[in-house]
Amino acid sequence: MANRIRDRLSTLGNRKLLIPFFTAGYPDLKTSMEYVRIAADNGADMVEIGMPFSDPLADGPLIQHSSHIALQNGVNLKSILNGVKRLRSNLSVPIILMGYYNPVRAYGDARFLKEAKVSGVDGFIIPDLTIEEASDFNKQIKKNDLSAIYLVAPTSSKKRIKMISEMSTDFVYAVTVTGVTGTGKIFGKETDTYLKKLKSILDKPFVAGFGVSSPESAKRLGKYCDGVVIGSALVQIIKNAATKKSSLTETGKFLNNIRKAL
Amino acid sequence: MSSKRIKTPDRKGRFGQFGGRYVPETVIYALDELEKCFNTIKKDKLFKKELTALLKYYVGRPTPLYFAERFTEYLNGPKIYFKREDLTHTGAHKINNTVGQILLARYMGKKRIIAETGAGQHGLATATVCARFGMKCVIYMGTEDIERQAPNVDKIKLLGAELIPVHSGSKTLKDATSEALRDWVTNVRNTFYIIGSVVGPHPYPMIVREFQSIIGRETKQQCRNQLNGLPNIIIACVGGGSNAIGIMNAFIKEPKVKLIGVEAAGYGLKSGKHAATLSLGKPGVLHGSLSYLLFDKNGQIVLPHSISAGLDYPGVGPEHSFLKETRRVVYETVTDKQALNAFKLVSKLEGIIPALESSHALAYIIKAKKSFKKNQNIIVCLSGRGDKDMGIIEGL
Ligand SMILES: Cc1ncc(COP(=O)(O)O)c(C=O)c1O
Repeated sequence: MANRIRDRLSTLGNRKLLIPFFTAGYPDLKTSMEYVRIAADNGADMVEIGMPFSDPLADGPLIQHSSHIALQNGVNLKSILNGVKRLRSNLSVPIILMGYYNPVRAYGDARFLKEAKVSGVDGFIIPDLTIEEASDFNKQIKKNDLSAIYLVAPTSSKKRIKMISEMSTDFVYAVTVTGVTGTGKIFGKETDTYLKKLKSILDKPFVAGFGVSSPESAKRLGKYCDGVVIGSALVQIIKNAATKKSSLTETGKFLNNIRKAL
Repeated sequence: MSSKRIKTPDRKGRFGQFGGRYVPETVIYALDELEKCFNTIKKDKLFKKELTALLKYYVGRPTPLYFAERFTEYLNGPKIYFKREDLTHTGAHKINNTVGQILLARYMGKKRIIAETGAGQHGLATATVCARFGMKCVIYMGTEDIERQAPNVDKIKLLGAELIPVHSGSKTLKDATSEALRDWVTNVRNTFYIIGSVVGPHPYPMIVREFQSIIGRETKQQCRNQLNGLPNIIIACVGGGSNAIGIMNAFIKEPKVKLIGVEAAGYGLKSGKHAATLSLGKPGVLHGSLSYLLFDKNGQIVLPHSISAGLDYPGVGPEHSFLKETRRVVYETVTDKQALNAFKLVSKLEGIIPALESSHALAYIIKAKKSFKKNQNIIVCLSGRGDKDMGIIEGL
């Protein structure tokens, strides 16, 4: 089985990556999987699916909210893998699972990654699994030809940035600002300088995320890196939408606008 | 059990398999910096002198080792001694740690302090040292705890700290800790996070152990003077585990001293509503470290329950997980009801109102009194006083 992330990156050219994030199970499992398809139809290059956790430490109120609802809906890792499997029958966009370590650990790293690969998952982001703790996890990643994407932060030292790049199999995720996920972050000169610094250190592609919420901010960040991740802004759109159906159209429209700006 | 002990934690902050750092990358640099500064400052003569003076004149140490004569008579068994942490300034052992960490914060040039609190004792101890050192202080506390530990809330505010109510999840210590961590991730450059127990990512469990170990060092000396030797048994309640590690650390290498940690069984171990992490949990990851944890088959954290806000937490310090697996410490449980009975009994017998947390350690002695011998000396860590719990008692 090929790794769709690697394939996508190899044919990227000058195009900037657009990577939306949806919480699996929010507002319900079926609808959340439909967003993945809508995203693929509206310019997304990869899609992140959030695996909800009861205590999401790196997340602000919006993703806390979506995770809470998703858990109330009874979503778990198994049902997420089943959801991905169903999508895969006619969807080729690379899928990245993002979530905290305890549920994955409880399932068993080896078992979960193996089943994820078979279900059509391509990569993983585990924000509380620091590189020091990740060596066993990374063995399973490599064994299953999956991608591991680790995070760098504005506070990471040059030495750590290099180590994180080495641990990441295909690309790196740059957290834009110190803080948790959320909308309405302001990106100033400091962010530009930080992303430029990363560009000079990293020998892998990298995308920026946390707080990207408009075509303008996506465009601004896209100048200095290989793409953007958008999460909380999409949760906000889904939360505000009058019906599930309108949340699908709103999501498509929003992503289409970002795509055009990038 | 041999008295030999590998140095813990190791360089990666591991106690055996437990501990480590499971946190967002953003705070890793701060943990590195904290570890470096702690290792420097703890050898510094001036720092030691200042800490010793604060512990003596501000905190009121050493605290007495008190022979509980009427409680002993009541039990008609072993001799019971209380290590009186309830007599410290602010009324619990938590202040031992906050005076240490505030000096560390000052040394690191951080001006803003944050902390989580459950029973309010750690929040109070943090607000107190922030007032004393003129630092800005923000305390996160669950709304359920704000209600059940109201006297501490008023004190925290009077001391000039900002108290932020946490409405999410458990509305208790677990979510207060999550919110404090989110604040830290956001404001890490200017903020020092004073963690209140031997939990969290490395180096916190090691730092808090160091500052709480004064309890055990004093106890050992007092035992030499008052008991002519070592005690037979030491008993402490375990929430995150800081008063327990604090009193036990000096005795770990004394294999003849039996060490017992007491967890909260809430409505009972079979009720599903308890905080008996070591007794019923499994190794898992929460709030920065790998340790015993209460979670369901999907890896989601289970909401704990204890009548005692300070024990109402689904995790426990990683060193306790290690001490459980190496069997150096035995972990037992008592229910809300047993703790309440001990609370009332000891108040009447000794004229000492113990905190509901500490009442769990006392209740275990009553529960297990048949297993002790008459010639044994038992030390209980009386981790705090119970004034804060009057509302809970009245509400029953
Ligand atoms: C008096 C008292 N004892 C014990 C505890 C539990 O914490 P630890 O297990 O860290 O000592 C608390 C916590 O709030 C407390 O206030």
